[in-house]
Amino acid sequence: MGLGFSFLIACALILGVLLGVEVLGLNYLFAVIIPYLAFGVFFFGFIAKILKWARSPVPFRIPTTCGQQKSLPWIKQNKIDNPSSKAGVVARMALEVLLFRSLFKNTKADLHEGGKLTYQWEKWLWLFGLIFHWSFFLVIVRHLRFFLDPVPGFIRILENVDGFFHVDLQALYLTGFGLLLAVTFLFLRRVVIPQVRYVSLAADYFPLFVLFTIAATGILMRYFSRVDVVAIKELAMGLVTFSPTVPEGISVLFYIHIFMVSTLLAYFPFSKLMHMGGIFMSPTRNMANNNRAERHINPWNPVVEVHTYEAYEDEFREKMAAVGLPLEKELSKDEAAATKA
Amino acid sequence: MAKLPKPEELAVINYQPPKTHWMDTPVDFRPGTWIYAGKPESLKTVGLPNPRNWSPEDEDWKLPENWKEILLEGLRDRLDRFRSLRVFMDICVRCGACADKCHFYLGSGDPKNMPVLRAELLRSVYRKDFTTAGKILGRLAGARELTYDVVKEWFYYFYQCTECRRCSVFCPYGIDTAEITMIGRELLNLIGVNVDWVVTPVANCYMKGNHLGIQPHGLVDSFEFLQENIYDITGINIDLSFNRKGAEILYVPPSGDVFADPGTFSLMGQLMLFHEIGLDYTLSTYASEGGNFGLFTSNEMMKRLNAKIYAEAKRLGVKWILGGECGHMWRVIHQYMDTMNGPADFLEVPKSPITGTVFEHAKSTKMIHVVEFTADLIKHNKIKLDPSRNAGLKVTFHDSCNPSRAMGLLEEPRYILKHVCDFYEMPEETIKEKTFCCGGGAGLGSDENMEMRMRGGLPRANAVKYVKEKYGVNMLACVCAIDRATLPPLMEYWVPGVQVCGLHELVGNALVMKGEKERTENLRFEPLGTEDDD
Ligand code: HEM
Ligand code: SF4
Ligand code: SF4
Repeated sequence: MGLGFSFLIACALILGVLLGVEVLGLNYLFAVIIPYLAFGVFFFGFIAKILKWARSPVPFRIPTTCGQQKSLPWIKQNKIDNPSSKAGVVARMALEVLLFRSLFKNTKADLHEGGKLTYQWEKWLWLFGLIFHWSFFLVIVRHLRFFLDPVPGFIRILENVDGFFHVDLQALYLTGFGLLLAVTFLFLRRVVIPQVRYVSLAADYFPLFVLFTIAATGILMRYFSRVDVVAIKELAMGLVTFSPTVPEGISVLFYIHIFMVSTLLAYFPFSKLMHMGGIFMSPTRNMANNNRAERHINPWNPVVEVHTYEAYEDEFREKMAAVGLPLEKELSKDEAAATKA
Repeated sequence: MAKLPKPEELAVINYQPPKTHWMDTPVDFRPGTWIYAGKPESLKTVGLPNPRNWSPEDEDWKLPENWKEILLEGLRDRLDRFRSLRVFMDICVRCGACADKCHFYLGSGDPKNMPVLRAELLRSVYRKDFTTAGKILGRLAGARELTYDVVKEWFYYFYQCTECRRCSVFCPYGIDTAEITMIGRELLNLIGVNVDWVVTPVANCYMKGNHLGIQPHGLVDSFEFLQENIYDITGINIDLSFNRKGAEILYVPPSGDVFADPGTFSLMGQLMLFHEIGLDYTLSTYASEGGNFGLFTSNEMMKRLNAKIYAEAKRLGVKWILGGECGHMWRVIHQYMDTMNGPADFLEVPKSPITGTVFEHAKSTKMIHVVEFTADLIKHNKIKLDPSRNAGLKVTFHDSCNPSRAMGLLEEPRYILKHVCDFYEMPEETIKEKTFCCGGGAGLGSDENMEMRMRGGLPRANAVKYVKEKYGVNMLACVCAIDRATLPPLMEYWVPGVQVCGLHELVGNALVMKGEKERTENLRFEPLGTEDDD
């Protein structure tokens, strides 16, 4: 259900562009207005979401510890997986964000005859997840060439490295293909693995379709239909300098491309894609395990009713006296008599 | 009580998800997989809402009329109080990395035991009432109405999670389904939906100081019984003191160890050790429980029960606190106690009177783990150990969930083990932070839940079986009172021939005490040095 629905929506979006640009001539809408709006929604939506999360306090310090704690000086602490200092937390987070360290721990459980369980090597999700995210990131960085004039040196260097391989004198950007390949893998995995398919929602397929379309149209533009790059740069520069113009001769492929990017941006803050922000705010990962060394404050620490020692002694005074337990309040005469009796 | 299927039957597990969508697959309250409802008297004792007689099998759970309102308001309130909940509700990408990491999923094949779906049980309701997409798109956005059946489903699956946090280790964002379960249980408690195996210990602990509801004189008796056993085995009469003002240290074990084997043996080991080194400590009858089933009820209840420890330390004027071998107890003490009931500014930074070691890592909470304490003693050669008294035992170690994943107590117990016995490690994927739960933690250890316990314990049992077959392991050591109650039946079911012990039982056996008679029996009154691996 979710899969079909997402697919239909993605198709409808593409058709919408074709209709809007080819038939209705709404080029300005698709090239300027929608991208601006989408960026605005993304920017403010992202911040709003982060603020919403941040408004909820962190009452307890609950890191998930994945290694030896800091305790006795002669026991080697695992400073990254069980950090006790800020530096350790930063290292742990950096490894999570840059290398998906937790996902790297992944294994696949298999049940054999007689209830025997084994845990197999399974790093594909990690590998393709990493390819996907890094490709996506590098592709975005490369795209800055459209928005910056002159193009900074580091982007040229990145382009040279990324486009190291040539076919027919044309540089092939690995990241572009990496993105497409990895998104395809993530999609296939989602449909093929029964458990993952069972838990998947429309909201899990949709971004994959959008990302696939973005990458596919990008690749088509670059290697097959050879769009007018100068015109597109003019448009992009117009957008960033807030003096948008829509040059003639931009292919409809580009309109699809930028519309899907706009869709992704506008969709971002309201979806699971917010894991980009959330990972930094996850209390099981971003806190140091120095619980017993530094007191953590709960801003709403509740006042609760407790059963005091006095109440306890009042209830059990005679029985306590009978077995010689020390008392705060000695037995009254009657009680003492009762105990002896 | 339901009949437990044979291991061969239970070991056939179907991991194929059912044809029907999970939102359309109702819960089947099959006997053996759920726990009796909380007794009304216990709810009343601690002032929990809606005390009544009911059973999960009933059609009508006798919920308050406005149950839905209460739950949604409770959820809103908790979203505002717990960032963990807010973030975890929003960011899961349903990658499925956590799915086969949960022992209950591995042992049952029920897709709702995949941590991701367990969380979705709550998340779907969150979407419906707290997100725009969910409000508009409904089921397409993974949202669903909070119905009576959803409440039943929550009950069933939030009490099929042992809050072990293994899923959280593997999740790329650290989403901790234990946290979601804990909050889910808090919500259910608002309408009086809970299990007796949690609520009655809570009520007992609140009034009498310990989960078993043992009154002060009973507690003294039980300790004296252990004292006599120690005398019979070693010829030494150890000192005991209770509620003694001016002692240096307050020692708080989990109460389970006072009453039930094999916990008693481990407790005896600790008492012998303290005697041998001449520790100036006292026990308390009021704070006689380190464990805290409040953790499985609500954060407020956890605080109410935990408050006794600092209060008693203050009343008695001790310098610092030593805690026994218990798993969830240490989650509470390590991650919650100081925040809830601190600051403990009336105590001093724990310092071993024997070695002079200052336990800086506990300088705020002022409470250390007995395993940390003993490891330090051994390191400084302050006790004499004769591992040959544990001859015949081939020992492996079960890392308890909480000390592993909510603290990181990994090498200390191993260091001790290597000094007292023949120690063999289970496979990498099943130990330390990846350890598998005993299947009965977080209040699930009741007998009527036996089938589910055996299922949840399967991965742990499997790893034990592996080292039993490979090295001839016949003893499973652990540092948790719940483990000592749940692992013996688990072993008997899946890996007969492997026994269970606390770490300090092995220490007690190996400990050479000044003036002891020649030992002929171990702490279980079994003849020393004979093989016992039937
Ligand atoms: C700090 C930045 C980010 C980090 C650390 C991060 C990390 C991750 C991780 C670990 C996963 C799970 C494994 C996988 O499926 O690859 C994931 C999934 C995903 N991420 Fe990100 N991500 C980040 C930013 C983004 C951004 C900017 C997007 C933009 C579109 C994105 C899109 C996705 C998608 C669509 C999935 C789900 C893949 C699936 O369907 O299985 N991520 N992310
Ligand atoms: S591993 Fe984390 S992100 Fe992936 S499905 Fe499980 S909870 Fe969600
Ligand atoms: S906390 Fe443990 S029992 Fe609960 S869902 Fe996660 S792995 Fe399963």
